[in-house]
Formats: sequence, C-alpha cells, structure tokens
Amino acid sequence: MLGRTLREVSAALKQGQVSPTELCQRCLSLIKKTKFLNAYITVSEEVALKQAEESEKRYKKGLSLGDLDGIPVAVKDNFSTAGIETTCASNMLKGYVPPYNATVVQKLLDQGALLMGKTNLDEFAMGSGSTDGIFGPVKNPWSYSKQYREKRKQKSHGENEDSDWLITGGSSGGSAAAVSAFTCFAALGSDTGGSTRNPAAHCGVVGLKPSYGLVSRHGLIPLVNSMDVPGILTRCVDDAAIVLGILAGHDPKDSTTIQDPVKPFTLPSLTDVSKLCIGIPKEYLTPELSSEVRSLWSKAANLFESEGAKVIEVSLPHTSYSIVCYHVLCTSEVASNMARFDGLEYGHRCDTDVSTEAMYAATRREGFNDVVRERILSGNFFLLKENYENYFVKAQKVRRLIARDFVNVFNSGVDVLLTPTTLSEAVPHTEFIREDNRTRSAQDDIFTQAVNMAGLPAVSVPMALSSQRLPIGLQFIGRAFCDQQLLTVAKWFEKRVQFPVIQLQELMDDCSSIFENEKLASVSLK
Amino acid sequence: MWARAVWLGLRASAGGRRGFPSKAAHQGSRRVTAELIEHLERLALVDFGSQEAVARLEKAIAFADRLRAVDTDGVEPMESVLEDRCLYLRSDNVVEGNCAEELLQNSHRVVEEYFVAPPGNISWPKLDEKEPFSHR
Repeated sequence: MLGRTLREVSAALKQGQVSPTELCQRCLSLIKKTKFLNAYITVSEEVALKQAEESEKRYKKGLSLGDLDGIPVAVKDNFSTAGIETTCASNMLKGYVPPYNATVVQKLLDQGALLMGKTNLDEFAMGSGSTDGIFGPVKNPWSYSKQYREKRKQKSHGENEDSDWLITGGSSGGSAAAVSAFTCFAALGSDTGGSTRNPAAHCGVVGLKPSYGLVSRHGLIPLVNSMDVPGILTRCVDDAAIVLGILAGHDPKDSTTIQDPVKPFTLPSLTDVSKLCIGIPKEYLTPELSSEVRSLWSKAANLFESEGAKVIEVSLPHTSYSIVCYHVLCTSEVASNMARFDGLEYGHRCDTDVSTEAMYAATRREGFNDVVRERILSGNFFLLKENYENYFVKAQKVRRLIARDFVNVFNSGVDVLLTPTTLSEAVPHTEFIREDNRTRSAQDDIFTQAVNMAGLPAVSVPMALSSQRLPIGLQFIGRAFCDQQLLTVAKWFEKRVQFPVIQLQELMDDCSSIFENEKLASVSLK
Repeated sequence: MWARAVWLGLRASAGGRRGFPSKAAHQGSRRVTAELIEHLERLALVDFGSQEAVARLEKAIAFADRLRAVDTDGVEPMESVLEDRCLYLRSDNVVEGNCAEELLQNSHRVVEEYFVAPPGNISWPKLDEKEPFSHR
C-alpha cells in the first residue's frame, strides 16, 4: 500500500480496503524503522493519529474531502505549523512553536491530509546537501537500497557498510528522503535555487518547483523573497499535479501570489508529442557535467525526437553568469531577511543584557551557524553604499538579462526545456564535506538556480540509475504559469523511462509485503 | 577569538577550483580590510568568528566580481519577475487579531504585554574597546 500512487491509495481509502488509521500507523512505524536516515526533525505522531481518526469518520460517512483525505504527508521544517515546533534546523528557532499554519500547510490540512512530521534540512535552507542543520545530516535512502548495496559488494573491500553513506542533496533533503523511503506520499519542500529539485534528483523522486506567484509563501520562513517557492516532492508526476492543484491559487495573505483564478487539474495522458518542441540549452553542457548524466540527457533528447517531437538546440547566453548573479542577490536578500532574528519576540535569546545591540549580536552569534552568518556578511558587503551599484544593482540587471534569455527561447517556439538537474549522482558525505557550503552550492545549483531567477516552473523527474545504481534525474523547465503543460510533458517522459522502484526490503522485515508484488484486489480508479 | 592581523594577500584558494578565476580574487583581497570587517560585523550584528570565514568572504567577493564582464548598458534592474502585474492589496479592515497572549508566549522576556529589551542607548563598542564575548 505504501508504494502506491496517491490516486490509488485515495481510491483504496474510499473503497474501504485500508483505513486512514492503518495507513497512518504503517507510515509511523516505517518512520521509526528509518530513523537512521534522519529525515524527520519532529514526528507529530499524536496529531497524525488524531487527524487519521477524523478522516476515518469522514470516509465512513462517505464524505471524504478529496484526493488527499487521509493521506500521510510531511512538511519541511521551514514552514510554520501551528502548535508544532518549527526550527529551520537552527539554534535560532529551536523550541519555537508558531501560532499559525503556513497557508500551504493549512490547505493540506483542510483537505484532510495527515501531517506525519517536519523534515530535516540545511540550516535555514542554505545549502545543497542537507548536511548543515543542527540536527545532523540526512542520509540518502538509496545508500541502503538493494540496488546500490549489491553493486558495492561487487567491489567491496569489506569495509563498514554505513561509513560511506550518500547525501540526499539539499536543502529539502529530509522531505526527499521521507518520500523516497515511503514514509509519506507527498512532502513539501522549498525551492530558492534548486532546493527541491536537487534532492529529488538524488533521491529518485519527482521534485516540482511551481511558477513564482502561483503558490503562497505565507508561513514559509523566507530566504529570498523574490525567488522562494514552496516545492512539492512526490513519487510520481501525477501525484505532484494533484498536490499542486490543491496548493495553487491566490492568497490574500501573500500579495505576491497572482490573482488569476486557478483550478485543480487532471493531467492528460499525452500520446502524441509531434507538436511539441523541446529545447536543449547548449550552455548547460559544461565540462563539470558527469559523463553519465550527459549521456542520459542525450538519450532523453533522442527519446523525444524518436517519438516525433521537435528537439532543437537553443541558447541561453548569460548562463555562465547566472550562478554569480544568484549568489549576489541571494546573499543580499538573506542579509535583509535574517535581520528579523534578534531574540526579542521569538527564537533564541542570549543571556547578555548590557545593551540592545550587544544582545542582538550575541543572540545571532549563538543562534546562527557559520553558513548563515557568512551569507549575511556577504550580503551586507554587497549592500554597502559603495558596493550597491556595482554588485546588487548590477546583479539585478543581469537577472533581467537571464530572464529575458528564457523569454526569447520560449518565444521562438520552444514549449519545454530539457536539462540535467545535477552534475552527477549523489556523492558520499565524506566527499561532499571536503568543500565548504558556498562552493558546493555554487557547483550544485548550476542547472537549477536560473529558473528561480526567472520565476519559471521546473520539475525534476528521475530517469535512470547510474552505473553505481543511484538515481539520476533530468529537469524540465516550462513557461511561466504553464505548470500544467510542463507536468504533462514530464508525465509522458516518466511513463517512457520507467524509473525503477527503490528496493529497501532488507530494512523492512515485517513490512516486506508492501514491496513485493502485491496482488491487491483490483482498485478501480474513479 | 581570533587575532585581527593584517592580511598579506589572498591565499591562492580560488586558483585551484574549477571555474573560479584567480585574477579576480586578487582584486578582492585588497578590499577586505580590518575596518571593513568591523563595519560589516556592526551592520550585520553577526561576527566572522575566524580567519577562515574572512577568507571565504574574499572568495565570495571574487566570485561576485565576475559580473563585471557582463554588458548591462541600458538594462533596467529587475526586482521581481511579477513586475508587469499589480501587487494585491487587501482592504484596510481588521479581520483578525486579539492574539497578544499567543504571541507573547514565544518571547523569553516579557513584562505584562511588553517585549523587554535591554537598554537601546548604549552603542556597540568600537574594536579597541571591545571585550571578548563572555560565555557562561
């Protein structure tokens, strides 16, 4: 049951084949079994069980709220959840219990979803590995998969199996791991520079970044106001579309959400791609790209072409400056956003009481880790009077050029762009930490951050396993507010590539029946 | 607390990384003086904490310097991707509130309905006057 799609489980719930409480308990038990992954910071067991009970009552009366009623979901710990600790994996907010729900969380709850818990991340969502939070790093479930383990045994040196575990990517690594390990059916992440798509690619799940302005940011603890977007992680594209349909729409509490009416949609099953034009940005073919990812990218392009789509090479000329521009704008906005953490109204407060400024400084020194402090300081540098024009305003101008590049490409008849999501498959933690956070982010965000600067929708879809048997995902980028079209193409692709299911049998003794070919009584969908 | 010595040029840290030009890095090193460090720490009210952190700032500046190569003549800065639309403004009606108690609960120091701050008229000490932070 845990391996099914959202729609299948929803149907099973409606038909009484499984109850919300059973589903909830199985997920909770799996969360306990996979605790070593460190995907969850807070597991909201009591809350989830209570929600399950209420969902069950609704199903018994035949009054389910919709496709998400009774479905376990997880939320990244930088979304405010009323009554449930929200830490952003930082000492600054440890113990902070928000008095309100983020709009996207509220929408999920209003649909009857069961909140399993808050997932782990890089501190304040700054990072590309989910390794820099105070609760420790998140481990990629694929490190423990049968596929990866068997491959490693072939060249094993008899070393300790766990010492070389792989990172999930970041910063929504906890959410990606939670979905990948079947502990929930969907998870919320946030995406500022690729933070949803990067871990999705490394963990073999679907990571959707909606268009900027489509989904409310109210309650999402902000990093970069002009680029942040709540992200959606699921095991298949259809599920992502269902969740997007629920989350999208104007929110009076977030004035950066567009007012155009938005309706939930069902993705058509595209069979004819002959009218589709796929663009391949040539500047994305960088020397750092691993040969495996490059060959899968090529294979994907050929797949579209062989099925009749038009596949053309396009140019995004300012690509090489995109990551630099992102770096300046991101640190500048961060410097401003992090100013709210002063210890007075919420969050950590130091013991010093000499003066306001001394108190702020000590509080912030104790509350923030190195990564956060460095970004704040860098941001402040770029915002200094003498630097403002040359760095911040310059970066804003370059941002326009980058956004324009995309507009030009889409105006030339391209429907969707196809690019890699990451440079390579997930790397071992020991290798990842050899470089500092900023360097890693600059390397790993290379294909993903331009999308945030242009505010476009993008989705990472797992394509195939590498020679190490680790997931590699590819990214599709769509036109602004054409999320439905983007997901339609992604769904077509997903069906063609048939990405394998992760085999975690060895860990799930008594849950093994979930993963073997279940002979479920046929579940009729609608 | 690290000693704030004068830097004698940047470590060639940028040179070995892929894609980072070392030429720009040298331009950066001249900019990061002790005064700048103090100024930034004061503005941000966070501290660098170590010499490595300062070196990383220099790398960050060097990285940002690459933007100079882009021709942005006649290009307007872009503040938001939604610049062609109007921001939504709610009508100025009170529809929620009266949650003072809930909000005050999150603070460490509260007196009746006030958040309590230490005195605000004592300025942040200058570099030479400063005591190292006392940890309890």
